[in-house]
Amino acid sequence: MSGQAGPLLEVFDLSLSLAGHPILDGIDLTVRQGELHALLGANGAGKSSLAYALMGCAGYRPQRGHIRFAGEDITELPMHERARRGIALAWQEPARFEGLRVADYLALGGRADPADCLRAVGLAPSDYLARPLDKTLSGGERKRIELAGVLALAPRLAILDEPTAGIDFLSQAEIEAVIRALRRQGAVLLITHQEQLAAGANRASQLCGGRVVCTGEPATVIENFKARRCRRCDGETCHD
Amino acid sequence: MTELATLYEAFRTLGEDPGVILAPDTAHMVAYGHRLLSQQSIPGVAIEAHADEQGVHARVRVQAGFRILQPVHLCFGLFERFGVQNVDLELTLEAGAAATFWSHCLFMRPEAARHAMDARITLEAGARLAYQEVHYHGASGGIEVLPKARVKVGEAAHYRADFGLTQGRVGRLAIDYAVEVGRAASAELTSKVYGHATDTIDICERIHLNDEGARGLIKTRVAVEDAARAHIVGATYGKAAGARGHVDCLEIVRGNALASAVPEVRVSHPQAKVTHEAAIGSVDERQIEALMARGLDPDAAVERIILGMLG
Repeated sequence: MSGQAGPLLEVFDLSLSLAGHPILDGIDLTVRQGELHALLGANGAGKSSLAYALMGCAGYRPQRGHIRFAGEDITELPMHERARRGIALAWQEPARFEGLRVADYLALGGRADPADCLRAVGLAPSDYLARPLDKTLSGGERKRIELAGVLALAPRLAILDEPTAGIDFLSQAEIEAVIRALRRQGAVLLITHQEQLAAGANRASQLCGGRVVCTGEPATVIENFKARRCRRCDGETCHD
Repeated sequence: MTELATLYEAFRTLGEDPGVILAPDTAHMVAYGHRLLSQQSIPGVAIEAHADEQGVHARVRVQAGFRILQPVHLCFGLFERFGVQNVDLELTLEAGAAATFWSHCLFMRPEAARHAMDARITLEAGARLAYQEVHYHGASGGIEVLPKARVKVGEAAHYRADFGLTQGRVGRLAIDYAVEVGRAASAELTSKVYGHATDTIDICERIHLNDEGARGLIKTRVAVEDAARAHIVGATYGKAAGARGHVDCLEIVRGNALASAVPEVRVSHPQAKVTHEAAIGSVDERQIEALMARGLDPDAAVERIILGMLG
């Protein structure tokens, strides 16, 4: 990664409160084209909220700040318009549907072959394409299908919210390969608690109390995080 | 065009193949209003039907031990704006018989019409019946559909009924099913209905788990929009040791529609168990967002979720 690549996603002074409680507090963040950008932070730091705000989820409309994607201000765009411009989100806890098959879900807005996408996440298409996307799937299976769903969209920016949580460690290599493939297609913003995944990123940012407190080389950010160095809370609140 | 040709043409427009119904290895009965247009028995399935001013009367028997490979087709239609179709059906599956029945009900442009089915269904020991009833209604909403069934499921027999009315206007629907389930037997009732405009939906399904090891499931999926109304009663009575029942009702409400559900579970034996779950509300916001994140606009996402539930 040269560091010369232009910005794909730019977040300026993004602030969000929910029920009067500040969640994001002046976030500034850039994800470059071709970059895998890891987002670290303790529970409650605002990582998932930032993902929802970037995707345009209802209830996560920022009170202040701007989001630019590929040079366009998308702050006011609804979710489906952001999706059509190439932003995709792999949810931390993906929704389940009665009557919607895995094949149908992967085909929605999909550009890549659903069977190939399932294989990429280590699931046999013959076992899964016809299955309903409901509670008969385990949490790990549903997470992998969600990742396959993002792969099928061939997004310019994939936001992955803890994609390996709940997935057995034998499958971690497959998930990492998918993340690399998504990065090659555009860029990835990766929310993770796994040091190994974060270490493989091109850059990383640390969140604390809804603010970006550190951005830079992953090793430096990870070290900062582990050493409880935080310019906002001095390590008091930004750790589990 | 003859009534039979009209009916088959309607099938074609709905993407069905009427040739399947007419195949020589397929038992069928076709009725248009109070006229019997065609009937065919095959080895193992005896159909005796006639029609008079009161309606269509049919006795269907699947003989003991016969496992019927091709579905038996029952086709009912009425394309006139005004009319009545009464159907009196006596259906028996003898011991060890197995069959699938497809009941197609086509009412394409009624203004003031009624289709009433009065069915008495008996499954003898070890028999298996899947009865799928699908309605195709036009957009007028002037149809009244009154399906009534009294079902007896004998020892170790299995009865499954699927009712679907998801295309066109419902009009007025009043389902009245009661099923008596015997020893080690099982019954599954599934209804899927999509109401629009001023449609009225009343579904009352009861399963009596009368004997040891009887099993029952009532599953209802209803969506209503505009000013449609739905009232669902799903009742299961556990009366014997090892009886197990479940009532599962999910209703989605949009616009000014109104939905209600009354799951009734009653147990009169200490070793019986009956559970229920009912949910009424709008479409889950998380589901909508999950589909919007794949590029669907909000209306398309909601429609996709509803059709998935009713599919």
